[in-house]
Amino acid sequence: MFTTFGKFVLFLQGMLSRRERVAVLWARTVDEAMLIGVDSVFIVAIVSAFIGAVTCVQIAYNLTNPLIPKATIGFMVREMTILELAPTITCIVLAGKVGSSIAGGLGTMRITEQVSALEVMGINSASYLVFPRMLASILMFPLLVVLAMVLSILGGYLAGTLTGALAPQDFIEGIREDFVPYNIVFALIKSVVFAFLISGISSFKGFNTTGGALEVGAASTGAVTNSIIAILIADFVLAAVLL
Amino acid sequence: MIEVSNVQKSFDGNPVLRGVNCTFETGKCNLLLGGSGTGKSVLLQCIVGLMKPDIGSITFDGTVYTNNKVAIRQEIRRKIGMLFQGSALFDSMTVAENVAFPLQMLTPEMSAEERRDRVEFCLKRVGLENAGTKMPAEISGGMKKRVGIARAISPQCTYLFCDEPNSGLDPATSIKIDNLIHEITHEYDITTVIVTHDMNSVIEIGEHIIFLHKGEKLWDGTKDEILNVEVPELKEFIFSSSLVRAAKKVDDEGGLATITDESPEGANI
Repeated sequence: MFTTFGKFVLFLQGMLSRRERVAVLWARTVDEAMLIGVDSVFIVAIVSAFIGAVTCVQIAYNLTNPLIPKATIGFMVREMTILELAPTITCIVLAGKVGSSIAGGLGTMRITEQVSALEVMGINSASYLVFPRMLASILMFPLLVVLAMVLSILGGYLAGTLTGALAPQDFIEGIREDFVPYNIVFALIKSVVFAFLISGISSFKGFNTTGGALEVGAASTGAVTNSIIAILIADFVLAAVLL
Repeated sequence: MIEVSNVQKSFDGNPVLRGVNCTFETGKCNLLLGGSGTGKSVLLQCIVGLMKPDIGSITFDGTVYTNNKVAIRQEIRRKIGMLFQGSALFDSMTVAENVAFPLQMLTPEMSAEERRDRVEFCLKRVGLENAGTKMPAEISGGMKKRVGIARAISPQCTYLFCDEPNSGLDPATSIKIDNLIHEITHEYDITTVIVTHDMNSVIEIGEHIIFLHKGEKLWDGTKDEILNVEVPELKEFIFSSSLVRAAKKVDDEGGLATITDESPEGANI
């Protein structure tokens, strides 16, 4: 485990040393941002809207005490969404979508000698292939998490009001109650950390693939599994340190 | 000229290269010949820098490449063009983008128009002037090899390395690829190193042949000398093909070639 961690650190060091030209890396980052960010909007929107809706319905189902105001449902949906569901669940979904795509793409490039072709040309393949993917992830994940927050709360609002669990004004009152702006900052910090972990682990797994098609599949699976474990550990550590 | 001095390489204690010494001459097609698992591809990867030899050195036109400063190695690498066994084209790019890629990366001072002209020239040179907009998945294996050659020569390389350029190709296409590599080598006076175990290539373009066996250089010479060698391992390798045996018979006796099961003396087939 320590050996692997050491290799991971050396991999990141290799990516940052002998960087390619900024113009080339920026153009690659924009391309990757489209693949990682824009292409993930649909799945993030669907997942977050439904999670918000389910959260609202389940809270309403459990809060039957007439002494508890209905606005509490909106308050709880907001808190759960911003603090945990939007950043963590969205990033776990992205670990599956983006992580497997990064590991599979790099693994395929490795076994078809495309990475070797770059290296023979004198190009730092880690810098050219991995740095833009990591930078694009770090730029796009917070935006996707913000989108997830909005859609999750919207999903909760629609589910709560359409099922008659609470009145629209109760929900709005709840989501405006005791709002702590730092929670948004905390969620964005989490999304940046998760982006680094997912893109870094997936790139490392894909970049070091050896063998054939079977190993590319194994690298993708390993990337997703390890990314999710890393997200959960980081989630706990960040909550303990920053809250 | 590329000089390889006492190159040794082992994997998990198993020696693959056992002190190879050889020279690849400028303006010639240098063939690294040998059976499967004899260390040809490992030697090629050591030369181009994809692997580091355990012991030994590699010199490009007098400049030591092995263990030299990163900047010097980078400088040499930028003079290297390589055709990979599976072509290794970037599958997210069109044929023209693949050929333009080394120019974009290595010669940023080149204008877009100059780059376009160079790509057109290279594609025309390999006979693919109408395939620029196609994706690698849309072209045949032979075309992929030609795109690989166009990409290798686009930045005006000084050294061209080809790893089994004929693998997976039919004999007619193989000969076309061989001849294209031969023409390009002479046209631009570059040092070409071709890893192969294809005797057709040897007979077609083998101007300087190096025979590897179990990680050692056993023989070097030309295509005119190879059919009359007395090295048993090389004889065994060469005359394992009925076609070569027939060619040898024609060469010895003159007249019509006949395919026979007889092996020349010394070849243990």
